[in-house]
Amino acid sequence: MARISSVAELEELRKDILSKREPGKPWIAFCGGIGCLCLGNDRVISAFAEEIRKQSLEAKVGLRMTGCHGFCEKGPSVVIYPEEVCYLEVTPEDVPEIIAQTVVGKKVIDRLVYTDPKTGEKAAHLFEIPFYRNQTRFLIGNNPRINPRSIDDYLAAGGYSALAKALFEMSPEQVLAEIKKANLRGRGGGGFPAGLKWETARNAPGEEKYVIVNAHEGEPGAFMDRALFTGNPHCVLEGLIIGAYAIGAHQGFIYTRHDNPQLRENIDIALAQAKEYGLLGENILGSGFNFNVEVHLDIGIFVSGESSALMRSIEGKAPEPRPKYIRTSVSGIWEKPSNLNNVETWANVPMIINKGSAWYAGIGTERSKGTKLISLSGKVCNTGVVEVPLGTPLKEIVYGIGGGIPNGKKLKAVHFGGPMGGSLPESLIDTPLDFDALAKLGAPMGAGAMLVIDEDTCMVDLARHFLEFLAGESCGKCVPCREGIRQMLKILTRITKGKGKEGDLELLEELAGVTREAALCALGRSAPNPFLSTLKYFRDEYEAHIKEKRCPALSCKELSASGGAKKNE
Amino acid sequence: MDNDSIDQIIDKQRGKPGSLIQVLMEIQDKNQWLPREALEKVSEKLEVPLSRVLRIATFYKTFKLIPEGRHKIHICTGTACHVRGAQRVLDTVQDLTGIKPGETDPDLKFSLETVNCLGCCTLGPVLEIDGKTFGKAAPAEIADELKKYE
Repeated sequence: MARISSVAELEELRKDILSKREPGKPWIAFCGGIGCLCLGNDRVISAFAEEIRKQSLEAKVGLRMTGCHGFCEKGPSVVIYPEEVCYLEVTPEDVPEIIAQTVVGKKVIDRLVYTDPKTGEKAAHLFEIPFYRNQTRFLIGNNPRINPRSIDDYLAAGGYSALAKALFEMSPEQVLAEIKKANLRGRGGGGFPAGLKWETARNAPGEEKYVIVNAHEGEPGAFMDRALFTGNPHCVLEGLIIGAYAIGAHQGFIYTRHDNPQLRENIDIALAQAKEYGLLGENILGSGFNFNVEVHLDIGIFVSGESSALMRSIEGKAPEPRPKYIRTSVSGIWEKPSNLNNVETWANVPMIINKGSAWYAGIGTERSKGTKLISLSGKVCNTGVVEVPLGTPLKEIVYGIGGGIPNGKKLKAVHFGGPMGGSLPESLIDTPLDFDALAKLGAPMGAGAMLVIDEDTCMVDLARHFLEFLAGESCGKCVPCREGIRQMLKILTRITKGKGKEGDLELLEELAGVTREAALCALGRSAPNPFLSTLKYFRDEYEAHIKEKRCPALSCKELSASGGAKKNE
Repeated sequence: MDNDSIDQIIDKQRGKPGSLIQVLMEIQDKNQWLPREALEKVSEKLEVPLSRVLRIATFYKTFKLIPEGRHKIHICTGTACHVRGAQRVLDTVQDLTGIKPGETDPDLKFSLETVNCLGCCTLGPVLEIDGKTFGKAAPAEIADELKKYE
């Protein structure tokens, strides 16, 4: 394929790709997300390939390995187009029947479609399943339709039209103004307006500037960025190139996980394909704009997702944060202005350029615009990747999409933001999903990991668990974080072992206060969040542990339900 | 690991700023762990003081400074797995292998690590053996699975 050197050529190529696709031809989309692969989707895929060979249907049926469809709980997921029939929990043994009945015979197999556990109602099509129906899937919705390793699939879905629009119809200032007007807020956890960050980097002195995709996603319980980036890498890349154009950067970095080979491969392939088509490299689409991207790997420490630590890591140094009186958007990698945004933030950009800031600002709440990806996990019936407009009540996510709590248990709390976030009790379930509303209640949204907790989980142990994680992930540079977390962990561990004493809670609060004030970076400053929020809403559980030596959730092994520490068995 | 393959890795990255971490990762990918001699060679050829090489190699948990077992067991103790019973999975594996997280048994059969999130929280509790993931792990099934490794 030759380089594309103008918008006209891009549109011609798109037309050419679309003309080669027969609209009525059946094709089968397999979820290649990590959840479905773990559940054995690879065997399902080979079974399909073999059955199609056996029946000599190669020319008549298309097969496509796609990114994560979202409904991980019921994987392996297979969707048959053009009707969009969705089969869940598919096994290799189901394959011949699916080919004969659905692909060829156009009939739905009742046993493989979603059945509502409460009403018994069946939903044969993807868009009818409550889990999908109740979402607004602007970012992740293309995943079932795109092979992440095919740039043609992305182009067929209208890809890179926003880039063409930005480069040829808009000045960098106009792109920036559009992002500011859309009030796109950073999805990585801070919720800082992306437009302001871009502007700072753009106006910072110096010729050489960088843009970076933060695809570190180290927060336990967060898997939505991986699903989006693995499933639709070009969407993130397009956003990054547009951002680079607005900021005036010619070099980009993607910082991602080393432990996910599939993600790495998809990114590498996407970069190579974009380069081949002239969407990356010198003179992009003939516009005169040059931009290149390099991939760097995180190698396993949580703090390297922090902006200044991440930049040290790209320089080949230990990822230690620095104080931020000078922002990284002014002085970042090699002291050059470096604009860092999270995967999801970049993925929003093409949509805003294409549809306009007015459209985008119409979605969400007054101060939180657009949709948000959520990793829904824990004790909820339908786990998976969820996308909803900001402002959606948490209740809708847990019950409308998540299908409630399994095994007849009761909802106890919803935890946001992993180890740096907080828990909200069941009584606050009507709170909207909104950066500010959640932060005000002490449970900042973070990157969007939403953990549903039922009555079997001990909140004291949960706070201890998060501190244990952070104790191992702190870089150790500043004392308040290194020592504060360690001491809080010590006390909490003692409490969960039935050795809590009067005054422990006050001491914990004091330690939490100091760590929160004095730590160098966001990791230390937000480390006390889980403890503080669980203490605020579940103080009775702490008191039961300390005063009665009792764990109300029956979770702490060393404590019994009725009170008193167990003797050594 | 022979000198030539280390040389090749270093030559490919040499001159690029920030190449130290990439070089160490590639060596570990090939050799499973980082022997002292390899670190010394990296220091010499990249012209980075050995103290800095060691600082990086000891800071990141991913880098191994002792030989690894033939089979690597990773148990996810991330939040979602934690609330779904990761501790039971960890207890079972510790009992069966006789090693704790961070250890390798004397026969170099298994190395055990806990990890913080494998990204398939929906399947928790999760463990990974030699890169293969097992979801909704039950103690009895784990015992059967571990018997298959030599």
